[in-house]
Amino acid sequence: MTDATDKFKTMLYLNGVSVSFDGFKALNNLSIIVHPNEMLAIIGPNGAGKTTMMDIITGKTRPDDGEVFFDGKVDLTRLDEAAIANLGIGRKFQKPTVFEGQTVWDNLELALKKPRGVFSTLGYVAANDDIARINEILETIRLSARKGDLAAGLSHGQKQWLEIGMLLAQDPKLLLVDEPVAGMTDSETVETATLLKDIAKTRSVVVVEHDMSFVRELGTRVSCLAEGSVLAEGTLDQVSANPVVIERYLGR
Amino acid sequence: MITQLVLRALDRRAVWVVSALLLVALAIPFANLVLPEGHPLHLPNYAVPLFGKYLTYAMLALALDLVWGYCGILSLGHAAFFALGGYAMGMYLMRQIGARGVYANPVLPDFMVFLNYKELPWFWNGFDQFWFAALMIVLVPAALAFVFGFLAFRSRVTGVYLSIITQAMTYALLLAFFRNDLGFGGNNGLTDFKDILGFNVQATTTRAALFAASAIALAFAVLVCTAIVNSKLGKVMIAIRDAESRTRFLGYRVDNIKLFAFVVSAVIAGIAGALYVPQVGIINPGEFDPGNSIEVVIWTAVGGRGTIIGPIIGGLLVNAGKSVFTGLWPDYWLYALGGLFVFVTLFMPKGIVGSLRSLFSRRKPPRQDNSEPLETGAKDIPIIAEPQPGAAE
Repeated sequence: MTDATDKFKTMLYLNGVSVSFDGFKALNNLSIIVHPNEMLAIIGPNGAGKTTMMDIITGKTRPDDGEVFFDGKVDLTRLDEAAIANLGIGRKFQKPTVFEGQTVWDNLELALKKPRGVFSTLGYVAANDDIARINEILETIRLSARKGDLAAGLSHGQKQWLEIGMLLAQDPKLLLVDEPVAGMTDSETVETATLLKDIAKTRSVVVVEHDMSFVRELGTRVSCLAEGSVLAEGTLDQVSANPVVIERYLGR
Repeated sequence: MITQLVLRALDRRAVWVVSALLLVALAIPFANLVLPEGHPLHLPNYAVPLFGKYLTYAMLALALDLVWGYCGILSLGHAAFFALGGYAMGMYLMRQIGARGVYANPVLPDFMVFLNYKELPWFWNGFDQFWFAALMIVLVPAALAFVFGFLAFRSRVTGVYLSIITQAMTYALLLAFFRNDLGFGGNNGLTDFKDILGFNVQATTTRAALFAASAIALAFAVLVCTAIVNSKLGKVMIAIRDAESRTRFLGYRVDNIKLFAFVVSAVIAGIAGALYVPQVGIINPGEFDPGNSIEVVIWTAVGGRGTIIGPIIGGLLVNAGKSVFTGLWPDYWLYALGGLFVFVTLFMPKGIVGSLRSLFSRRKPPRQDNSEPLETGAKDIPIIAEPQPGAAE
C-alpha cells in the first residue's frame, strides 16, 4: 500500500510488519505511515495488535517480517529500547507507569532530555534551563503544586498527566501514546485532547484510544486496526461509516 | 563535577554518620589503650578486634545495600567479594611471615612447603608488596563483578534468577578454594599472620589502628555511597529498582548502570574483607559459604534497605546480638536469626531505620520543596525486584 519513494519523508514507516507469538498472528502485514507533525489516532478492538505495534516501534519486540523505519532512514528493528528512546521516540504506557517512589519533580528530571550515560548522570547538575523547563512542564500538566510529592500519591488522572509530562521532557520527535484518557473525567479528557493537539503542532503523535468522543475531539486521521492489520483509514466519520469497521469493531 | 559530588556526599545524615564513625575511631582505641585497667570505661583487648570485625561486616552490608536497596539487585553472593578482598590481604600477610614460619622457608608459606610446592605459584608474585596487595584488594573483586555483571545484566537476568546465579557463583568459589592445588591453602586457608606493614598484628596498638582504619574506611564508603545515591544516577538506580523496563524506555542503558553499581559495591565489599582478615587472623574458604551471603541480606533487611545508615545499624546490631546470644544459647542462635528475618519481613518491611523514619515523618507535615535529599526508604520495596508486567504491556 505504500510507495518506497515517499518513505524518506515520513516520521514513522511500517511496511508489511508481521509478528506471531506461539502461532498467534498478533500483527499481520501491518503498514502504517505517520508524517512529520501529524497526529494519527488508532482505534480497534482488543487484541487488534495496537500495543504489539508500539512494542515493535520501541524495540521491545522484534518483528518476524517487514520494515520499520523512523525519520525515513533509521531501521528500528536493529536497535534496542534505550537507543530508540534516545533517537527521539517517547512512549506513554496503557497503564500509567511513573516512578512511584520518587517525587513528581524527580520523575520529570529523569525524563528530561540529557545525556544518559553512567558518568554524565553521576555528575549531573541541574542547569537553570533544566529547572525552567521542568517548571514549564509542571505548569502545562498542572502539577506545580505537587512537585515535591511522591508520584505514588497522585490520582490516576494525574499520573496519566505526569506521564505525558515525562514524554514532553524527553522532547521526542515522535510520541506514542497508549490510552491517555483511561480513567479520566470528561473535563480532563477534553483538556488532554487540547494538550495532545498542541503537541502535535511540532511533533508526530500516535494515539491509541478506545474512547470515541476523545478521538472525535482530536479531529485527526484515524486508522482502525483489527486482527493485526489496518481495516480502514480516513477521518473518524469515514472510518465509522465503513461497514466492515461497524461489523468488526463498533457494532451495529 | 568532582566538587558537586563532594558536596552531595556531605548531606546532613551522612555528616552525622561520618562524624559518629570518626568519633568511634578515636574513642575505642582510647578506651582500650589509654584508660587504665579497672577504669569503668576501659575496654578489654579482645573487644577491639571484635568491634573492628563488626565494622567490616557493616561495610559489607552497606555494599550490598547499594545494589539491593537502591538498584533492586538482590545479590546472594556478596560475601564472595568480601572473601576475595580478604584473600588478597591474607596473601600479603602470608608473604610477611617470611622465614618465621614453622618450616622456616624464606619464600614459601608453610602450607606450600607442606604440600611440596617447589616454587611460589605465579599469582603469588608481588604480594610481598603492600601496594600491590592493596591494588589487588580493589581489582580482583571489581574484575569478578565486572565480568559476572556484564554477562548477567546484558542477558537481562533479573529477580530470583539473578539471586540464584550469585549463589552459584559464591558456591563455585567455595568449592574451588577448598582445593589444595588451587594454591590458596585449601581447607585451612591462610593464617598464622605475623606482621602488617612491619607492625605485629597481635599487638594492641596495631589492633587499635586496624579498628580505626575500619571505621575510617566505613566512613569513606558512606561518603561514596551517599554521593552516588544523591546524584541523578542514584535516582536512575531507584527508577531501575522500581520499574526497570520503564527506565529503559526513557533511554537509559539499564545494564551499564547496574554494572556500575555492582562493581562499586564489590570494591567496597573487597576492602571490607581486607580489613576483616588481619583482625580475625584467618581467611579460609568458609567465607565463601552461601550462608554468609544470606546473613548479609538479613543484616541489611533488619537495618533498613534503601537507606545509608540502615545496613550499618543492621550489620552492627545483628552481629553484636550474635556474639551475645551464641554465648548464652549456642544451640538456638540460628533459629533466632531465622526468626528475626521472618519477623522483619512480615512486620517491619522497611527495617529498623525505615520504620523509625516513617514514624517520624508521620508527625511532620510533608515537605513542599525538593531541595532536600529524597526519602528513599519511604516506599515498600519488593524484596526481589520482579520484572513489571504493567510496564511490559
